[in-house]
Amino acid sequence: MSTPLLEVRRLVKHFVRKHGVWQPPSLVKAVDDVSFAIEEGEMFGLVGESGSGKSTTGRCILRLIEPTSGEVLFRGENVLAFSRPRMRQARRDMQIVFQDPYSSLNPRMRAGDIVEEPLVIHRLGTRAERRARVAELFELVGLDGAHLSRYPHEFSGGQRQRIGIARALALHPALIVADEPVSALDVSIQAQVVRLMLDLKERLRLTYLFIAHDLRLVEHICNRVAVMYLGRIVEMGDARALFAEPRHPYTRALLSAVPVLDPDAPRQRVPLDHTSFDPAAPLRQVDAAHWAAV
Amino acid sequence: MTSPLLDVQHLTVLFEGARATVTAVDDVSFQLAAGETLGLVGESGSGKSVTAFSILRLVPPPGRIAGGRVLFEGRDLLALPERDMRQIRGAAISLIFQEPMTALNPVMRVGDQIAEALTVHGQATREQAWVRAVELLDAVHIPDARRCVRDYPHQLSGGMRQRVMIAIALACQPALVIADEPTTALDVTIQAQVLELLRELRARYNLALLLITHDFGVIAEMADRVAVMYRGAIVEEGPVRQILRSPAHEYTRALLAAVPGMGRR
Repeated sequence: MSTPLLEVRRLVKHFVRKHGVWQPPSLVKAVDDVSFAIEEGEMFGLVGESGSGKSTTGRCILRLIEPTSGEVLFRGENVLAFSRPRMRQARRDMQIVFQDPYSSLNPRMRAGDIVEEPLVIHRLGTRAERRARVAELFELVGLDGAHLSRYPHEFSGGQRQRIGIARALALHPALIVADEPVSALDVSIQAQVVRLMLDLKERLRLTYLFIAHDLRLVEHICNRVAVMYLGRIVEMGDARALFAEPRHPYTRALLSAVPVLDPDAPRQRVPLDHTSFDPAAPLRQVDAAHWAAV
Repeated sequence: MTSPLLDVQHLTVLFEGARATVTAVDDVSFQLAAGETLGLVGESGSGKSVTAFSILRLVPPPGRIAGGRVLFEGRDLLALPERDMRQIRGAAISLIFQEPMTALNPVMRVGDQIAEALTVHGQATREQAWVRAVELLDAVHIPDARRCVRDYPHQLSGGMRQRVMIAIALACQPALVIADEPTTALDVTIQAQVLELLRELRARYNLALLLITHDFGVIAEMADRVAVMYRGAIVEEGPVRQILRSPAHEYTRALLAAVPGMGRR
C-alpha cells in the first residue's frame, strides 16, 4: 500500500489555562490523542462544534501551533521533527485557507501583493515571473486581473476568500488545510467558493483537509469524515456510511440537530446522553470503512 | 377578518451618501397575525435586517425611512412621537440579536439587565424586577437561575447568553418578537435547543415572531409563512411549504439550490 499524503499519529495539544493569581492553572486537552490518515486526492472532512479541537488539529499539522506530542507525517516524514529551514520548505507543500476573509488578509496590502507574498518569502522567480504567476492565479480562482491593485476592502466576502485561496495556491501545494473556508459567507456565495475548491482539486490534483461545522456541506463534498468531540475523534469513516448510519451517540445527536428543509419531516432530536458512552473509548472498526469510539 | 397585529405597508428606506442614494428597502409590504411566525429570508445586503429595524425606527444614520406605514395594533409606529415609541420598543415589540456577546452589557450582571428591561418600562420596582428575572431565566430553561442572575455575560456559554437575550426580550410580555439571525452564531446542537425554546415560548405566550435568517433549514423548522428579500424588495411570499416545495421566483430557486444537500434528507 502506498504511503498516505498526510498521517496524523496520536496528536496531543494541551493548553495551560490560568484562572487568576490565586487559583491553580488547569489543563485544557484541546486535542487529545487524535490519529487519522489522508490519501492523495481526498477531500477529508473534520467536523465538530466550537471547542471540539478541529481547528487546533489543523493548525498543529502546519505547526502554526506546536503540538504537545504526537507525529504528523507528510509523505512519510515527521514534520514535527523538522528544523526551521526544513519546515519552511515543507510549508510550500502544505497551505492553509482561513475562515474569515475579512481578518485574514492584510488590509494595507494590494490583492496582487497578498497573492505574491508567498513567492517573495520563498524567493521564487524574478519580479516579472512572479507577476505573471499572480496573474495566472487570479485567473485560476476566477478573479478579474484588472483588480490586482485593489485593496481587500474593495472586494466582497466571496472574492476575498478567492484571494485567500489564490495565495494558498501560489506555491503549488499538495495539501490544503481549509479551516471553515466558507462559513463566514452567504449560502449562494458558499456554493460558488465550494465549487471553485472542488474544481481546483481536480485541476491541480489537490488534497484537502476540510475543517467545518456545517454537516450538510461536509456530507455533500467530502469522501471521508472524522467527527471530533472534546478533543477526540469519536467517529470516522466513509462519508456515505457515516451519515447514513452514525454509530456514536454524539454523531447521532449532532446529525439530528441539523435543521431539515422539509417542514413536514418528522423531527426526531436525539439528545446527547453523556452516560451512554465512554469518553475515553478508543475507535474500533464497526464496518468495512467505518470506525467509532463505542 | 380582524386586522393583523403588524401591517407593514410600502415601507421604503434610503441610505443617502454624498455621491449616491441606495434604496435599502424598496416598497416592502407584509402582514403578521398574532401568534404567527413570518420568516424573512435573504442574503447579506438584501435589506432584511434594515426592514426589521425600521419597524422599531432603529435605522442607523445615514439611513432614513422615506415612506410607508408600519401599523402595529392599528397604530402607525412611524407617526408616533419618540416618547411613545420608547414605550413600545422592548415592551410590546422586542428584539433578539444575532450576537449575544455584543448585545449584552459585559459589565452588568445578567439579572440587572433583565430587571432593567422591566424598570425602564415602569413595569416593576427593582425588587420585583429581580424576582421576575429569576422566573424568566427559569422560563428559558437556564439551570440554577438563582445563581445565573448574579453572573456576568462572559461567564456564560454562547447558548446560555442567547437564552438570557430571549429572557430580556420576553420580560415585558411582548406581542411581537423580532429575531435577527437568533441562532446564526451558535453550534448546531445549541441552535436546535434555542429553536426548541422559541417554539415553546411562542406557543405559551402566543407570540408573533418575525424571524430574520438566511438559513432555509431554520425557516422550515420555525416559520408559517416566508418572505424572500432580494435587493431591498420582497420577491416572493407565501406559506412555508409552498415556497420550499415549489418556489416561483428565480432568486428563491437559486437560493434553495445553493443549500448543500437540498432535498436529499
